[in-house]
This record gives sequence, structure tokens and C-alpha cells, in this order.
Amino acid sequence: MPPTAAELMTVNAARLLRDGETVFVGVGLPNLACNLARRTHAPNLLMIYEAGVVGARPSRLPLSIGDPTLVSGSTLVCSMYDIFTLYLQRGKVDVGFLGGAQIDRFGNINATVIGDYHHPVVRLPGSGGSMEMAAWAKRCYIITPHQVRRFPEKVDFVTSAGFLQGRRQREEVGLCGGGPQAVVTDLGILEPDERGELILTALHPGVSVEQVRANTGWNLKIAENLGVTQPPEDEELRILRLELDPQGIYLK
Amino acid sequence: MASKLCALADAISRNVADGDLIYAAGFTHLIPFAAGHEIIRQRRKNLVLARATPDLLYDQMTAAGCARKIIFSYMGNPGVGSLRIIRQEIESGRLEWEEYSHFGMISRLQAGASGLPFLPMNPTAATDLENRNPQYRRVVDPYSGKEVVVVPPLNPDVAIIHVQRCDVEGNAQIWGIIGEQKEAAFAARRVILTAEEIVSEEVIRSDPNRTLIPGFLVDAVCHTPYCAHPSYTQGYYDRDNSFYIAWDKLSERREEVHKYLEEWVYGVPDRAAYWEKLGPETHQRLKVASRLSLPVNYGEY
Repeated sequence: MPPTAAELMTVNAARLLRDGETVFVGVGLPNLACNLARRTHAPNLLMIYEAGVVGARPSRLPLSIGDPTLVSGSTLVCSMYDIFTLYLQRGKVDVGFLGGAQIDRFGNINATVIGDYHHPVVRLPGSGGSMEMAAWAKRCYIITPHQVRRFPEKVDFVTSAGFLQGRRQREEVGLCGGGPQAVVTDLGILEPDERGELILTALHPGVSVEQVRANTGWNLKIAENLGVTQPPEDEELRILRLELDPQGIYLK
Repeated sequence: MASKLCALADAISRNVADGDLIYAAGFTHLIPFAAGHEIIRQRRKNLVLARATPDLLYDQMTAAGCARKIIFSYMGNPGVGSLRIIRQEIESGRLEWEEYSHFGMISRLQAGASGLPFLPMNPTAATDLENRNPQYRRVVDPYSGKEVVVVPPLNPDVAIIHVQRCDVEGNAQIWGIIGEQKEAAFAARRVILTAEEIVSEEVIRSDPNRTLIPGFLVDAVCHTPYCAHPSYTQGYYDRDNSFYIAWDKLSERREEVHKYLEEWVYGVPDRAAYWEKLGPETHQRLKVASRLSLPVNYGEY
């Protein structure tokens, strides 16, 4: 069976993780990507959950970010204040995963509101841990389906900072985190250029540049050395389908 | 040791007044649903409901008309989607709200718990929320000359905290995700504890490192097994994920929500009756197998 869009995104996100890193894990596809990486090329990946769990080894797929399976068999549990200060603000987290309703040209993310903040058209859940994760994790990755409404030129509200209006603006604030390093979609991969603008750097097999441009809300630039991602390997798909999400809750 | 044991209904009627600022603690874990339901039954009004994650509990309390305002940092149904009631009330302008990131929210509690006038945080470069919530301010760090973002203390009138076990004085032990329970207890003016088990003082003293809340902070101790359902208590029962998914569907229609409240809140006298009403299939589904920690040796001195 060929990979689904969700499997394609998960496999490509997993490959961005390096062995021995500390990663701030979110639920859903980031959780699957981290667990896949740990079972393939990154057995020493240290998974931290914002609920205050360090070194989690979930034995089942957690629906929520605070599932009890994260605690049993983990190495350490601490308070939320400890997680956000000692781990994140102190700069001890290598990788964070972010999500949101909108991602713009400079990798800024909106997870707060569509329309005016005080008179919302659509009220979204809000920051949770993402404002600080985007600022202080050394690298951030975003996994999201590629749809034009999700990729506006400018977000309605900056819940978490990408490169603001350009890389220099972020640098002036002096954050310890490097900002978004890649957006993995079901069509390909976007990465920031030297100005902090997201450009298309890789296509998934069988996807055209025109398809990606048609699903992006700004005049998307194409990298000179545009690549094609390696298709998911049988072993990666086997782990995802049989071990990590056997009921297809996230991967269908 | 003075016993503070009382029925949950008495604890709520004595400690929760109309207009109070309530912090029902617990990050996904140990959410004191039974206490929230008792507040609904006693028809408290104009409450300010603060929680990092309002969760289904504050969605239900808002639907029941208890809330004037909500203070939060993530207004979602964890792993499922939105909190439809709170979201509709905010979108229609009927509910006041005050919003933070998790770190901002937790820093407010930490400041409140520590007796500090504010707590600083490093800037995040995402200033939109800071610019719309005037409780966020900036001050200059007197050492580096750079700006830091600050938030004021949060001191709830009442903190409601569910724990695995405590003694009759309220010395309480929690394990699993410990979110912000300790901070909420120290920040609040009054503290209501609900507990899966009331244990002897000796049990507490056998493992003092596990005690997060000292009894002298506590006003009422309520023996309330299964208090957290559909949230969970680590080692006692599982999170009822299928209820969280079902609520997403149910809460699409307000009349369904009111039917739910009639049947499961107003229609039951207390948590014991609620748990009984859930029935043996649900009880069985939420059972967890044991996974014991190894004892540690504190030494005899």
C-alpha cells in the first residue's frame, strides 16, 4: 500500500531528528515521528513532554499530551514551571515541533485567532507551550498538510515567532533558539533561506512544483537545487502501521 | 492531628462563593471533575475560572452558567479539538477572557505561590499576545539593561486539588504528572483537597519526598474516589479518552449539553452515584494494571 499523506509527513519529519538529541514532543504526528526516529536511526532520542515528563517511553499511542503512558517507565517527572524554566528557557531543548492553523512566508505561526483578537471570527486554542518552544528550542520543525488557507502570506496573529519580517528581526531579539528549520508538508519540504523566507527545497516523489505553488498563499520561491525526498522505506511504514498507530488514528 | 474531613458538598458550600476566582488544578491529570460538578449543582455564579487548560470541566461549568470570565493558556480538548462551549461564548462576546502562554500562566501562579510582586521571563519575539493582554508588562533587567517580560501573581480565592492520597489533616501525596498543583495550593487563599484515598499519617511519613502539599495549607479534605473521571488518576484509573472524543460531538448542540448536565450532574447527588451510574463496562475499561515503584530506604536515624 502506498504511503498516506500523514505517513509521508511523519517519515520525513522523523528523518530530521538526530540520535542523542532532546526533543520537545507534541501529540499527534510529532509524537509518531519521534517514536519512529527512536526505533530507527535515533535510539538515544530523549523525549520531553510539556506536561513535565522527561525520557518518556510511551507503550501506547497517547491521545493527549498528558497521557499516563508517558509517565510509566519515564526517567523523570517535574512540574510545568520546571519544564518551562529549567529545560526550555535554560536552552536545554534541541528540537521542538510546532503546529497551528496558519504558517506564513517567514515561518510565523498562528494558533490563536482568525480575524480580530478582541472580536474573533474563529477562536483557536491559543499558545499552550508553543510561544516559548518557538523561541528557545534550538531548532523547530512544523508538520502540516499543504493547503492554501494554511499558508497565507501573513498570519492574522503571531502566536509563536518564526523570522517575523525577516531573519535579522528575529536575531535582534537575541533568542537562544534558531527558529523554524523546516516545514514538512504532504507535498514537500520548505526551508528558510538566508532572509528567513520559506522556500521550496524538496518535493515528495510524484509531486510537481505547480501543485505546491497552487497550495501556497504567497509567490513561493523554488530552491536552485530542488531535491526529491526518499520514499518511505518498508521498515518505516511497518513500524508506523503495526507498532505505533495500529488503529490508524493519526495515519489514515 | 485535627481532621478536616468533610463531604465535598459541604467543602464547596463553605469555601466557594459567587464571584470567586477558582483554580481547579491538574495538567490533564487529576482534574477535579467531581468538585466542578458540585459547584454546578450548588449553582454558583459569576466565577472567574482559571486553569492553564480549561479542559472539559470548565466547558461544562461555562455551559451551566457558572462563569463570568476565563483565564487560560490553551483552550482545547486535548488531542481532540476545540472546547466548543467556551469558544462559542468567547466568539459571541458573552464570556470575558484573559490569555497567556503556558509559561506566562504558570509564572503567574509561581509568583502567587512565592509571595513575589511579579516574575520575569525572557522575551519570545512573539509580541501579539503581550500587546493585547495588559497584564503582560516589560521591565528593564537592572543587571544587563535588557528588557524582560513580566506577569503579576495569580492568587486564587480557592484552589481545588485532587490527589492520590492524603491524611485527614491534608498532607497530600501526588505522583504522575504534577503540573501546577503545588503552586496552586500555595498561591490560593483557601484549598479544597479531594483524594482517592485517605491514609494514616504513618503512610505519608513513610515517604516524605512524595508529599507536595503540606496539611497546614488545606481547609477541607474530601474523600472522593474517581473524582477525576473523565480525566484520570495515575495508577488508579485510566483517562476516558472515548468520553473526551464523545464530548466533542455532544457539545456541538447546546440542548445535548443541557441534557448531559441534567442527567450526569444535576441528576446525581454525588460522585459515588455518578461512578455507579457509569456502570461496570466503563469501570472495567478504565482499570489499570499495577506497575509498582521499588521502595527506597530513608534509613532509621
